[in-house]
Amino acid sequence: MNPIRLLLESSEIRRIITRISHQILERNSDLSQLALIGIQSRGVYVAKEIQKNIRDIEGFEIPMGVLDNTFYRDDYRSSLSHEPKVTDVPFDVTGKVIILVDDILATGRTIRAALDAIIDLGRPSAVRLVVLVDRGQRELPIRADFVGKKMTTAPNERVSYRVEELDGEDSLWLMEKDI
Amino acid sequence: MALEIKHLLGLKDVSKSDITQILDAADKFYEVLNRENKTVPTLRGKTVVNLFYENSTRTRISFEMAEKRLSANPLNFSASGSSVSKGETLRDTVQNIEAMKIDMIVVRHGSAGVPKFLTECTGATIINAGDGYHEHPTQALLDMMTIRQKLGRLEGLKVAIVGDILHSRVARSNAWGMTTMGMDVTCCAPTTLLPQHTESLGVKVTTKLDEAISDADVVMLLRPQLERQTHGLFPSVREYRTYYGLDRDKMKLMRNDALIMHPGPINRGVELEAEAADCPQSVILDQVTNGVAARMAVLYLLGGGEHE
Repeated sequence: MNPIRLLLESSEIRRIITRISHQILERNSDLSQLALIGIQSRGVYVAKEIQKNIRDIEGFEIPMGVLDNTFYRDDYRSSLSHEPKVTDVPFDVTGKVIILVDDILATGRTIRAALDAIIDLGRPSAVRLVVLVDRGQRELPIRADFVGKKMTTAPNERVSYRVEELDGEDSLWLMEKDI
Repeated sequence: MALEIKHLLGLKDVSKSDITQILDAADKFYEVLNRENKTVPTLRGKTVVNLFYENSTRTRISFEMAEKRLSANPLNFSASGSSVSKGETLRDTVQNIEAMKIDMIVVRHGSAGVPKFLTECTGATIINAGDGYHEHPTQALLDMMTIRQKLGRLEGLKVAIVGDILHSRVARSNAWGMTTMGMDVTCCAPTTLLPQHTESLGVKVTTKLDEAISDADVVMLLRPQLERQTHGLFPSVREYRTYYGLDRDKMKLMRNDALIMHPGPINRGVELEAEAADCPQSVILDQVTNGVAARMAVLYLLGGGEHE
């Protein structure tokens, strides 16, 4: 994949996640009901940032889990095996309002798999979806409740979220898929 | 990343990277097995035949459990009570089962090489669940998974495998797998229970128990296969126990933090006394739990993608 252009830089991403954190608080007055679940791998970084923001704003630590949806994906047959990553949800999801967090929303298939994985863990009272970028190209009837940046992409384009821990910097790039 | 292997016939020719990938996936399935709902939908619609030509409790149940936890459809075949007793050949039996549209075969057989043979006469993915005195790869994988889980690594660890090396496919798979992973393996048995050229497995060999276990990180006991004892390979069970059975006194020769392992079934009072089998250093039941996770990992990693 080749980079086409920088979409957002570090400070802009931080501001967007702060805005989303405020929106989550605005719509959920009972913080004790909330729990964050970040989707592996890069949704986890967005979820951590939201957790930190809410701690700074409200002085309250919302429990956070990490979810890998590999075992729930629908492309097991067509593609070569996916290497599973860690799942660690250290709380009971039943009765909770789950804030499900991913970096990029496109086809909706990742979210479909994640919802199935969460429902196998228990019965949340609700699941709300946070994405940093919604880039369109939906293949399933899935929509996000909190969207950082909405944009339209062509089928051969991807959006890449780079995080400091893995890539040395926080940034968001528009990429072109190799043909 | 996909595995280099397409079937799991043994660990002899499996790379370090493939073994690591299987063990990494097994750790993820271990987490699944600790959930309240222990089932994931990954292998939905896949049919797995458990083709068992030899008796087995742990391995057969463990594979069936692994298949069910992955939402595959298991089909159990045991040679006793089948058309094998009417004279049907292995090839015919397997090709008939395959004609019913199956995806994978887990096979245990008394003859070495049967899993390899099946790859030549069917299109299904083959997993070896023990063939003769040859290999039992999933046992070695669950053993390595258990060691890594308890001690945090494999590379550089010393393992003593004590007992009937001659008849043990578990010892062979472990010797190959563990040396690939950079472990230091010593096989210990009376001379009559050591195969010729044991060193060719890349392991050290000794007949003295204290030499094998005194600085080992892991002591793995194997049972003398009494059902295969056709020509008196050791004088008596009592003598075997005296020299090679792990009891409280011989445990004093071991390091306090060394793990005690056994692939089962245990002959209590022969190779392992109750005080060793049930002590805090014993991870024998962890091995059984991890067996399901390790087999889920193998089924998962071999079952994906399209068959050519």
